[in-house]
Amino acid sequence: MQDFKALVEGQRAYLLRYARLQLRDPHAAEDVVQETLLAALSGRSGFAGRSNLRTWLTGILKHKIVDAIRRLSRESPLAGEEEDADFEALFDQRGHWSEMPAAWPGADSALEQKEFLIALEQCLACLPAKTAQAFMMREHLGLETAEICKELGVTPTHCWVLLYRARVALRRCLETNWFAT
Amino acid sequence: MMLSCKEVTELVSQRLDRRLDFGERLAVRVHFAICSGCSNFARQVEFLRRAVRHLGHEPDRP
Repeated sequence: MQDFKALVEGQRAYLLRYARLQLRDPHAAEDVVQETLLAALSGRSGFAGRSNLRTWLTGILKHKIVDAIRRLSRESPLAGEEEDADFEALFDQRGHWSEMPAAWPGADSALEQKEFLIALEQCLACLPAKTAQAFMMREHLGLETAEICKELGVTPTHCWVLLYRARVALRRCLETNWFAT
Repeated sequence: MMLSCKEVTELVSQRLDRRLDFGERLAVRVHFAICSGCSNFARQVEFLRRAVRHLGHEPDRP
């Protein structure tokens, strides 16, 4: 038992990094990791060597994160997001690009670079809270839009708008901070 | 149905979240044939999906 506890504890730093990608509040991230570790220790039989320990813990953590998001969005609903003037400037009045996106050479090799992933995290941190939340639930937790709408209390159309805004903003941020340099 | 770049980028984003209908798929494909900006945009948002999935899964940082 002592060994199992040490193994589980050994994953704490990893789980915390994962939780912080989803929850901006560091205390909330600490809390879900703590809950995950406790659940893991009391539900050890659920593990039973079926999978990799980290994968198993991450699975528990994902549920705890969704619970936390639900709780947080009930306690303090995120306000409607302000229209971003920058965003509107992307297209002219007829809906054509103001500046055509150019190709990103070497994008795939960027995935192997630690510096790139740090730049990506920094770009994520610049997104408005609700936009970032919807985007990370979709792309990082891998939830379906219907579930995201339910947890965030928004309509599907609004959800698609949030995801669109996140993608457009991230694309621009990475272009400026990584691919253009 | 001729769509503007803005409308095409909205569909390109939505096709990562829902299945587009036939008319939408066709309109996007026709637009790509004449617009490299939107084709690049599409490749880049798909890349973003792959990149975000990498986060938190990379080997431990020192």
